[in-house]
Amino acid sequence: MVAPTTKKLFSVTLRVWRQAGPAQPGHFVDYPAANVNPDMSFLELLDVVNDGITKDGGEPIAFAHDCREGICGTCSCTINGKPHGPGQGIATCQLYMRSFADGDTIVVEPFRARAFPIQKDLVTDRSAFDQIQQAGGFISVRTGAAPDANSIPVPKEDADLAMDAAACIGCGACVAACKNASAMLFVAAKVSHLGLMPQGQPERDKRVFAMVQTMDAAGFGNCTNQYECSAVCPKTITHDFIARLNRDYLGALFRAKFKPVSNAAGGGGS
Amino acid sequence: MNLLGSLFSSSLGRKFLMAATGLVLFGFVTGHLLGNLQVFLPPEKINAYGHMLESLGAGLWLIRLFLLACVVIHVWLAIQLTLENRAARPQDYGVTHTNRATLASRVMARTGLVVLAFILFHLAHFTVRIGHPQWSEHTFTLLNGTKVRDIHTMMVQGFSNVGVSVFYIIAVGLLSYHLAHGIVSMLQTLGLKNEKWTLGLERFAVAYCWGYFLLNAAIPVAVLGGLVKLHA
Repeated sequence: MVAPTTKKLFSVTLRVWRQAGPAQPGHFVDYPAANVNPDMSFLELLDVVNDGITKDGGEPIAFAHDCREGICGTCSCTINGKPHGPGQGIATCQLYMRSFADGDTIVVEPFRARAFPIQKDLVTDRSAFDQIQQAGGFISVRTGAAPDANSIPVPKEDADLAMDAAACIGCGACVAACKNASAMLFVAAKVSHLGLMPQGQPERDKRVFAMVQTMDAAGFGNCTNQYECSAVCPKTITHDFIARLNRDYLGALFRAKFKPVSNAAGGGGS
Repeated sequence: MNLLGSLFSSSLGRKFLMAATGLVLFGFVTGHLLGNLQVFLPPEKINAYGHMLESLGAGLWLIRLFLLACVVIHVWLAIQLTLENRAARPQDYGVTHTNRATLASRVMARTGLVVLAFILFHLAHFTVRIGHPQWSEHTFTLLNGTKVRDIHTMMVQGFSNVGVSVFYIIAVGLLSYHLAHGIVSMLQTLGLKNEKWTLGLERFAVAYCWGYFLLNAAIPVAVLGGLVKLHA
């Protein structure tokens, strides 16, 4: 037996946010899409709709996309109010049209946050995340080449936990879903990813201060512990990392306060 | 880094202060309820308890000032953080979708404001006793002969007013709802929570909030229902 390859095609209406530029007013425009294959990804549907718009001489819908396999964190649509659309643990590129029914109207918007200004249509500027990463999302110690990895023992549980946090692809869905447009899940993942590893210890306190400070300066909101972020995270990163970030920050504050001052601070010597 | 400065200026620092002041106020309302429940015992008990508190003198004022500072910090930072949160999303979504944020968590500012209004009324009513000068004069003689202020009579007369009782029940109801999110939330903010015991914590919060509401509401209901009467 060979499984049937023909699928029942269906029709949907895309209600897409169109905005010509950063300072321009935006509005929703309806685009009917017929002959939708249920196995198309959502981004492929946007490609097909854009083909039609282009043929009619219109300006295609601008949307961010790159790897289309859920690992780059570039795609960023809010679909029916939910970042990355219906489904759990997927990015928009991994959303298939079989998640929708014939005749559906699908509302497609950009991620909305002051810290993520809209550039055009569905494309937002998420460089605030890059600034947070540059503030502390790195280690300054030499870790050697691959064979050296085993020279520093890392408990398996820590490695697993660090890997969970490191799964963050920096897409910004957490900010988009948060009622307050807070970046806490992103920052928590980045701080925890390095803070759980021995190589991340030397800069641990500095890192948490710098990343939180940069987050605050970028104009994100504040966390109110509603866990909308982890509900939409394409990598299902848990909000337990936010509790860990809180603990790490509070600990760093007190450690900084009570740290003895080294003689070297005065230039050494007498 | 300046500790106090970071606490009052950073997002996380202000959230810690929200959680810490919230924890103090949670402790206060719990103790306050336990004290008030003595109204169901003979009048001797609650009047002796009130006298004990009033005779703390300077200590009582220190406690009051500390609680006042907690309320001021809690409310002031809540307003600040809420305004920032609204500013962080200048344009709303065309479709509003909620994944799992509870209703209690989404109406914290509103429940908090009603509770704040109630606290002001409650202090004016029973602590400053505005409009009820006789409540400052009623005395009660304890078994050991000490003449003390008659709190039992004040409570019964105060809750005999249906309007006062209704406002009281609404306010403790909204405070319970505020705590339904607050109890779990403050532990997350302090970093003392993980998936392993979240369920148990949430169950405790729900049980606590129902208990807190029903026991508080029982006082005006008992007064209006004639179960707690003016003593002879």
